[in-house]
Amino acid sequence: MATTLHEPPQIDLNNISGVGNGGSINIPTDGGLRATLDHSRPTSSSAIWVAMFAICMMFAAFTSALIVRKGSSMDWQSFALPSILYFNTFLLLVSSVALEIARRRVDVFMKGARSGAERPTLWLYITLALGLLFVAGQYIAWTQLRAEGMYLATNPSSSFFYVLTATHALHVLGGLGGLLYVVYKLSNLTLRRNAMVSTARYWHFMGALWVYLMLLLWIKL
Amino acid sequence: MHDMSVPAAHHHAPPTSFIRKHVFSLDHKVIGKQYYGLALLAAYVGMGLSWLMRFHLAWNSTAIPGLQFLSASGAPGGVMTPEYYLQLMTMHGTIMVFFVLTTAPFAAFGNYFLPIQVGAEDMPFPRFNMMSFWVTFTAFLVLMSSFFVGDGPTLGGWTQYAPLNAIGAVGGPGQGTGVVLWATSIALFCVGQLLGALNFISTTLDLRVKGMSLMRLPLSAWSWFITSCIGLTAFAVLMPACILVILDHVAGTSFFVASGLVMNDQVLPHSGGSTLLWQHLFWFFGHPEVYIAIVPSMGIVSHILLANQRKQMLSQRVLIYSMGALAVLSYMVYGHHMFVSGMNPFSSLAFSFPTLVITIPSTIIVLIWTFSLYGAKLRINSASLFSLGFISMFVSGGVSGFFLAQPSIDIMLHATYFVVGHFHLVMGVAAMFGIFAGTYFWFPKMTGRMMNETLGKAHFWLSFVGAYCIFMPFHYLGMAGNVRRYSTFTDDFLQPLIPVHRFITIAALITGAAQLIFLFNVIYSRFKGAPAVDNPWEATSLEWSTATPPPFDNFGGKHPIVYHDPYQYGVKSSVGDYVMQTSPEQVETEFEEK
Amino acid sequence: MAKFFAATIVVIAILSAIPILRHTWTAPEDISTHGALIDEQMSETMAEAGISFLAAQFILAFFVWKFSNRAPDAKLKKFPGGAKGLVIGALLVVGIEVMALGIFGVKAWANVYLDAPSANAMPIQVQAGQFAFYFRYPGPDGKFGGLHPELINEGSQNIFGLDPEHDVDARDDIVAAEMAIPVNKEIHLLMHAKDVGHSFFVRELRVQQDFVPGLDVSLHFTATKIGKYEIVCTQLCGLGHYNMKAYLEVMSQQDFDDWLKKQGQ
Repeated sequence: MATTLHEPPQIDLNNISGVGNGGSINIPTDGGLRATLDHSRPTSSSAIWVAMFAICMMFAAFTSALIVRKGSSMDWQSFALPSILYFNTFLLLVSSVALEIARRRVDVFMKGARSGAERPTLWLYITLALGLLFVAGQYIAWTQLRAEGMYLATNPSSSFFYVLTATHALHVLGGLGGLLYVVYKLSNLTLRRNAMVSTARYWHFMGALWVYLMLLLWIKL
Repeated sequence: MHDMSVPAAHHHAPPTSFIRKHVFSLDHKVIGKQYYGLALLAAYVGMGLSWLMRFHLAWNSTAIPGLQFLSASGAPGGVMTPEYYLQLMTMHGTIMVFFVLTTAPFAAFGNYFLPIQVGAEDMPFPRFNMMSFWVTFTAFLVLMSSFFVGDGPTLGGWTQYAPLNAIGAVGGPGQGTGVVLWATSIALFCVGQLLGALNFISTTLDLRVKGMSLMRLPLSAWSWFITSCIGLTAFAVLMPACILVILDHVAGTSFFVASGLVMNDQVLPHSGGSTLLWQHLFWFFGHPEVYIAIVPSMGIVSHILLANQRKQMLSQRVLIYSMGALAVLSYMVYGHHMFVSGMNPFSSLAFSFPTLVITIPSTIIVLIWTFSLYGAKLRINSASLFSLGFISMFVSGGVSGFFLAQPSIDIMLHATYFVVGHFHLVMGVAAMFGIFAGTYFWFPKMTGRMMNETLGKAHFWLSFVGAYCIFMPFHYLGMAGNVRRYSTFTDDFLQPLIPVHRFITIAALITGAAQLIFLFNVIYSRFKGAPAVDNPWEATSLEWSTATPPPFDNFGGKHPIVYHDPYQYGVKSSVGDYVMQTSPEQVETEFEEK
Repeated sequence: MAKFFAATIVVIAILSAIPILRHTWTAPEDISTHGALIDEQMSETMAEAGISFLAAQFILAFFVWKFSNRAPDAKLKKFPGGAKGLVIGALLVVGIEVMALGIFGVKAWANVYLDAPSANAMPIQVQAGQFAFYFRYPGPDGKFGGLHPELINEGSQNIFGLDPEHDVDARDDIVAAEMAIPVNKEIHLLMHAKDVGHSFFVRELRVQQDFVPGLDVSLHFTATKIGKYEIVCTQLCGLGHYNMKAYLEVMSQQDFDDWLKKQGQ
């Protein structure tokens, strides 16, 4: 929404970019700030829930495979989770906090309410960095396990450990890609609100999923 | 606030280069046509494989000229080996279920028409949509490559049960690389379909144009939406299963291979895995998959019948709820594929009850279709013939499901030709009829030309009668105990059944040849068919309100507005006995339908 | 063409029903004690399915015949009762039908799978492997020797992986490539797979059960008629699946004892 501090926005109906059904309009305002308005239901809102649902189903399948496999034979060898995992969990949860801060600031920025304010890319970069550290930390966890002689095929317990953590890490990398996309779109001021919200939702979901996996591994492993 | 009726602007500018227009296109219509082309190619490959199989079953030791060039080891001198039969059979099933029955009625027609039927310019994520097709196409190439790599494709059936398909090359020809290629292909396919489902669901929920409430969506749109919901859950489970089986092959894990198994006098290195785990994961996907195959055809057939009966269905709402019920129930019944698998016999009973209950929505759907014909003004053309044929075939195939739903009867019918007859009638025929009906119906809108009606009717008659000649006898064979997946019939009790197989083979070759009429019709009409008007069927849904073929953004720069329920047939309007959804004209209905 | 379509459906429906009514291709005679319930279930289902099938096809044909090619000014009609009647009808008729079939079918299933074998059932072990069935009898000591997969050697005919040198119980075990059983005696069949999934199917006995690698599965049944029957594999197990079979010989008790003695030598 345009503020009362500036002239009402001039909308050139013949020259609007980025509009689709349920898209948003970039309305030029003074001072080079852009405001983003949603005229109808955001398109990606159901999409991200759809994607999250599919990912849940995939991990549900892995979970049931783990439970069945553990019960089907006496060869399950429990092992202690590499301690770095707890630190990684902390990193991922903090990154969610960072992203929430980023998201709110981006929202405010894109509405043009704080003219002259800096783009809130810093907090996005912090999230990115924490996310990358998380993935790196996962890799370290794998090397720690390998040092103890636990490889992918060593035991069904280690098999599931690697499969679950690797699959999660791959999806986190996807989330990092989404964050990069947000940073890019923000940099040329074409970021739609929905892209930001969906990316944030996905990222928080990655955190929640990780907490679930930690619980599963801790209980079952 | 400024004026809300903003003229449409494009998600993406119209493409100009050949590559962007026809190859890596973001346009859902092009993607739909690409899927259709893939399905067509896959269908003829799958059909050719079935010819080879049927020929071998009827004339076991006769050489098939030229087969040795496809595989020197699989068919020395043109005579098919037992393992090659199984390899062809596996590929036949895999190609047909995945690359034809999931691709054509859902991905092809759905991609083309769902956005148009809701009034949108395109799907919300055209790049994901484009990726969806190319990932699916790559999956097809990976699968086909198994014909030419190593010792051929996997021979373990489209169901790829463990441990045969998890222990590697020691299990038999094609069981090493062949299985890994199969699992990779299918994992890729799952990714492609998940991307597609994402687009379909978002399109239906978020891109409906003004006036298009959910209940005003055409039945075809509902069927695509419901199917994407099923697919979202099903493919998300098959993909991890494929990943785990690939790991059992290449990484030495033992998810599915138990301890103490011995091949060639050597104890296998795997241990502790669960045979039944694969079956549970696979069928959790596999049963919903067959509803993915049939529900779009149900929607398409409903849509076409409505246009040709010139009258509403007795209740459109009931059809929608019934399709939804099928989708939900489909997840509760999957254990009926595993009645004698060694799973807990109480589980077998537990699965059999929802399986019997799923008869109810299926019956309701057939009843609504049939009894809506009462008092109608039915038009006969290729599209309506295939739609009516669909009802007949679906009844025939559905009725045999009645038997298989009961574990005690399944003792006698499991793994026999009865099962093969059942699923071929519902999937191989009924769902295919839906694809054919959709083609005859929508071809004018997609290409601007009509298909040839004489050829269409010839195609229908040969296919309809031929399909019954092929698949009805399968049920008799099954009741006599004819076991399936046998490359040759050596058992004493099977000898008297061989003449039946010969009859079936001849019927199959003739019916298959009739499909070439269809192929010719499609290609010929594309270039030489009679020009079509925008609405040749006097139909009501949004695709018929736009130009032929639809312009790049579907509606030529405007958002349509929807004033009516779909299927306002049997009314008095200025254009005839129907009113289009986008027409502001208020009409009297002859009688109220709900 | 509409009338031709209707006529074709009717003809196809009738032609399809004929082989069923004439019992042209049926399951062979039941020689089991539990099969009667299965056969009864099958007949009832066939009757209900058959009636539904014929009714649905005939009604479809009739409506297509009657309501095609009508005059442009003909009146549209709505089936009396509309959707509501049909839904209620389907729920009641089909619902009751399927529930009845389901409930009555439980007993047929339970007889085979849920009831335990009787205490004096004769145990026979069967091992399925690519591509043959082998059977083991416990011998005069009445005990089966232990199984050692690492000792399996087809070349030296140690099919089951027995260790007679160190395992006393294994010394008198009898291994055969065909299954002989005495008539009217309950058999407890102990099933395991050597390599991949297989299945045990004897049509006349009304039994079918998969072998599950890694699991010990069992069946019990009683044969009531002397004769020679085929056991066939019904779970795709590899290239030799089509040829994987064994003979089941049901004999008088005397003949069986003679057979067993001969096998033991």
